[in-house]
Amino acid sequence: MKVILRHPKRREVELAGRRRVEELLKELNVHPDTVLVIRGGELLTRDVVVREDDVIEVRPVISGGAGAPRRRAGRCE
Amino acid sequence: MRCRKCGEKAAIEIRRHNTAFCAPHFVDHFRDQVERAIRGQRMFGPDQRVLVAVSGGKDSLALWDVLLDLGYRTSGLYIGLGIGAYSAESQQKCETFAAARGADLLVVDLAGEYGFDIGEIPTLTRRAPCSACGLSKRYLFNKVARERGFDVVATGHNLDDEAATLLGNVLHWQAGYLARQSPLLEESAAGLARKVKPLYRLGELETAAYAVLRGIDYIVEECPNSVGATSLRYKEALNLLEATSPGTKMMFLQGFLDRARALFVGQEQVALHDCPQCGQPTTGDACAFCRLIGEVQRRKAERAERRARRAVAAAASAQR
Repeated sequence: MKVILRHPKRREVELAGRRRVEELLKELNVHPDTVLVIRGGELLTRDVVVREDDVIEVRPVISGGAGAPRRRAGRCE
Repeated sequence: MRCRKCGEKAAIEIRRHNTAFCAPHFVDHFRDQVERAIRGQRMFGPDQRVLVAVSGGKDSLALWDVLLDLGYRTSGLYIGLGIGAYSAESQQKCETFAAARGADLLVVDLAGEYGFDIGEIPTLTRRAPCSACGLSKRYLFNKVARERGFDVVATGHNLDDEAATLLGNVLHWQAGYLARQSPLLEESAAGLARKVKPLYRLGELETAAYAVLRGIDYIVEECPNSVGATSLRYKEALNLLEATSPGTKMMFLQGFLDRARALFVGQEQVALHDCPQCGQPTTGDACAFCRLIGEVQRRKAERAERRARRAVAAAASAQR
């Protein structure tokens, strides 16, 4: 299957065989609460089995932050 | 995994609620959580005018979408910060979103109106770009809200943002920031507009899922300046805790709001007065934004002077 990763930069990974989303994320070392797993516009939960011919996008959901040290701790507006 | 409401195939699992929803029931859940936040905190009513600060990202566009969907009177405010291709794309996302919904979008261009942009800050001043960016946005949200008669400014901060901010403020015992960390900050007589965060009960997995399920075309790439941000490390730390104890982030934030915030309120009272240059509220002589503009103008003038001197020297040398 083709897996499209968006973080830190967009890249594509080819993986052989079918597996559950949960196992896929573990293999990619991605925390399940930090990404959406998308197949053709459909959101997949961790128990869904993805197949060899699928194109899967692993889209990060963590946003914000300021790049330099500063006093205010929060995310930018 | 099945939807808790209808038993159809689930689109999203929300572990802190130990539940899962199909797409339509998740959208209902999202709306309910936003309504609960707005009503529970008395953020605004159906007749009030809401200025939604939009960046082109998932949170702010999801917020604007749900407020429009719930029938609130909203306008979007986009600030053109001049962060290269990132700003150009994020503005285009906001404009496309607004045009598709016939919604009112206000755009303030930092370079056009104030003569500088965030991309220039590191070369002109010793400030970090994020510090100038945050300062400019806070100033402009307030200024536009006051000048155009909005009742409230709404931002897309979500549960993860608020929990990470809280962790940072607790680690550094920032008493003043802890006093002001709230989903609702009331309008002040000194000229600060009312500010609200209607997404504070929803995690960023939920805001991203809502954006995808509602077909919102948002900017997925992060601001290039956010690489290595401290707040992202706090989010990672909280996600580690959440992985083994779902609900930790909500418990941390809600517990603070219910039981601890009141202890900090009033401890660091500051007196606000009008900035003599622009009239916006400030604690100092000139406000921080006017000081930033002054610094940028001074540096630009110094730079122009150096260039002129070099040109004169080069011309003199050519004549010799």
